[in-house]
Amino acid sequence: MVDFSIWDIFRNLLLAARWTVLLSLIAFVGGGLVGLALLVARIAKLRGADALVGGYVQLFQGTPLLMQLFLAYFGLALFGINVSPWVAAALALTLYTSAFLTEIWRGCVASVHKGQWEASAALALNLREQLRYVIGPQALRVAVPPTVGFLVQVIKGTALASVIGFVELTKAGTMITNATFRPFTVYACLALMYFALCYPISAWSKSLESKLHGHR
Amino acid sequence: MIAFDFPAVLAEWPLLVKGVGATLVLTAISASVGVTLGVACAWARVHGPAWLKPIVGAYVELIRNTPFIVQLFFLFFGLPGIGVRLSPELASVLAMVVNLGAYAAEIVRAGIATTPKGQIEAAQSLALTEMQVFTRVVLPPALKRVWPALVSQIIIVMLGSAVCGQISTPELSYAANLIQSRNFRAFESFIVATLIYLALAMLLRRLLNWAGPRFIFGR
Amino acid sequence: MTGIVEIKGLRKRFGTNEVLKGIDLSVKRGEVIAIIGKSGSGKSTLLRCINGLEVFNEGTLSVDGNPLLHGNANAMRTLRQHVGMIFQGFNLFPHLSVGRNVMLAPTLVKKRHADATVAQAKKLLARVGLAEKFDAQPDQLSGGQQQRVAIARALAMEPAVLLCDEITSALDPELVGEVLRVVEALADEGMTLLMVTHEMSFARKVSDRLVFMHAGRIHEVGPPEQLFGEPQTAELKQFLSSIND
Repeated sequence: MVDFSIWDIFRNLLLAARWTVLLSLIAFVGGGLVGLALLVARIAKLRGADALVGGYVQLFQGTPLLMQLFLAYFGLALFGINVSPWVAAALALTLYTSAFLTEIWRGCVASVHKGQWEASAALALNLREQLRYVIGPQALRVAVPPTVGFLVQVIKGTALASVIGFVELTKAGTMITNATFRPFTVYACLALMYFALCYPISAWSKSLESKLHGHR
Repeated sequence: MIAFDFPAVLAEWPLLVKGVGATLVLTAISASVGVTLGVACAWARVHGPAWLKPIVGAYVELIRNTPFIVQLFFLFFGLPGIGVRLSPELASVLAMVVNLGAYAAEIVRAGIATTPKGQIEAAQSLALTEMQVFTRVVLPPALKRVWPALVSQIIIVMLGSAVCGQISTPELSYAANLIQSRNFRAFESFIVATLIYLALAMLLRRLLNWAGPRFIFGR
Repeated sequence: MTGIVEIKGLRKRFGTNEVLKGIDLSVKRGEVIAIIGKSGSGKSTLLRCINGLEVFNEGTLSVDGNPLLHGNANAMRTLRQHVGMIFQGFNLFPHLSVGRNVMLAPTLVKKRHADATVAQAKKLLARVGLAEKFDAQPDQLSGGQQQRVAIARALAMEPAVLLCDEITSALDPELVGEVLRVVEALADEGMTLLMVTHEMSFARKVSDRLVFMHAGRIHEVGPPEQLFGEPQTAELKQFLSSIND
C-alpha cells in the first residue's frame, strides 16, 4: 500500500479547489445579475413583481440547499436535458445566490432615506436617473460588506454539490479518504482548505463593515 | 408530456412522518443546546478569563468559515481515524449543536454589546453578583433584541439537517431518498420533501416567535 | 384670470382618514402665500399634492394651465421642472459635492452642457451666499448652509413656483435668519412662493396672502394684516392666541 504524505493530500485537494472557486464565482456573478434584475423589477413596481420575487425569496430561503440541488439535478433530467452535476450545481447555486442577494440588496435600498427619493423626484428625475445617480450610489456603499460576506456562504454551499457527484473540494476529500484510509487527516486538511478560502473573505467583509460605520 | 406520480410518493407517508419527526427532534435538541452553548461562548468572549477568549474565538471562526457538511463528515468519517466512533444520530446532533453554537455566539455577543451601560450600573448598585447581572439584567433584553436573527439561524440549521441524511441519519431527506430509490420517482419525492421543509420552516418561525417572549425573555 | 396654480375641490385620504376635505385655492403669478395652521391640519399634504409627491383622490389641480396627471410620467416630469420644492430635512445628496448637488438635475433633465451647468451652479451658490462652498461635501456644512444649497439646487431648474415645506423648522434658531433672508430676496425678485411655515413674523412681513388651514379645510384667506388683525373664525383666534403665548 502506498503511503501518502500530508503534502500528497494537500496537492490533490488543491487541484480540486479550482472547481470550488470556479463554481463559487459563476454562482456569485450569475446570482448577482439575476438578483439585480429581480430587485429592479421590484423597485420599478412592475405588475406582480413584488409578490413573485417575494415568493421566490421565501422559497429559496425556506428550503434546504441540498433539496434545491437534487431538484435541479433530477428535475432537468425529467425534461430530457442530460445534465451533468456541474450544470445542475451551477444552476441551483446561481438561483440560490440570486434569492439571497436580492433580499440583502433590497434591505440596502430600503436603508436609503426616503427624503432622497422625494428630493430627486421633486427635481424631475425619473426612476432610472434616481436609481443611477442618487439612490444607487448610496445603497451600493451599504451593500458592499454583506455582499462580500455572502460570498463566504456561496463557497460553503459549493460543498453540497459533492452530493450530486460534482467533483469539487469536498468530493475530492471523500475520494482521497477512500484511497488513503486516513480520514482524520484528510477531513482536517479539507476543513483547513475551506478555512483558508473563507476566512480572508470574512475578515475583509468585517473590515469593510467597520470602515462603513466608522466613517460617519 | 411528462407524467408526474405524486400519489406514489404520498403513499409512503409513514416514512415521511418518521423523517419529519427525526428532523424535529434533531432541531429541538440542537436549538436548545446550541443556543445555550452560544450564550456561554458569548459570555466567555466578553467576561471570561483571558486565556479562554482566543479559544472561543478560534472555535467560532473555524465553524463559521467551513461548510456544515465538512464538519459533519469530520465527526462521522474523520474521528474514527483516531478511534472515536459516533452513531449517525449522535454525529448529527453534535455537528448541529457545534454549528449553531458558533453562530449563536456571534449573534448573542452582538446583543450583549448593545446593552445600555446604565442597566449594568443600576444592577451593580443593587448588589447583584456578576452572574446575576448577566443572567437577569443583561441577557433577557439582549435575547429579545437578537431574537429574529437567532430564529433565522435556528431555521438555517434545521434546513441544514437535510445533509445528515448523507450519513444515514433517518431524517426527512433520507426518507425522501429512500422513497425515490423504491419507486424511482426522484423528482416527486424531492418536491414533496422540499415543500414539507418549507412548511416546517414557516411553522418553526411562528412557534419560536411565540415561544421567545413567553418563555425566554418576557414581553 | 386663472392663476399659475389652480386648486379646486381637492380631497385627499390616507386610508380612512380624510386629510384634505375640499381645498379651493388660486395662486397668482408672483404671489407669496404663507400657509399656517396647527400640526395635522393638512398644510404639508396640500403642498406635496402640488408637485405630485402625494396623490389626491378628488378635485383638480393645475399648474400654469396644465392639469396634474399622476399616471403620465412625461407630464409629471414637465410639472416638476416648473415646480420646485425645499424640504424640512434639506435632503441634499450626501455622496455628491455641493456643486454637483446643484448641477445634477439640470444636467440630466434639461440636458444642459457641462460648462453652462457649472456656471449656473456657481452663480446660484453665490446668490445664496455660498460661492466658496462649491467643492465642499454636504456633511461639512451647517444646517442653514445645507438648506441654502437646497434652495440653489431647486432654483437650478428655473421653476415658476417654489414650494417651501417648513424649511426652517429643523434649524437651530441662530441659523434661521440666513435662510429667511434668501427666501425674502426670492420674493422680492417676483418668484411665486407657497410656504408652510411657523415663522409668523416672517410670514407677516413677506407674504401677500395668508392661508389659515384647520382640520383639512381652508378656514380663512387674506392679507396678513387682515388675518392677524381681524380673525373671523374661532379656530384662527385660538391658533393666534396659542402662538402668542
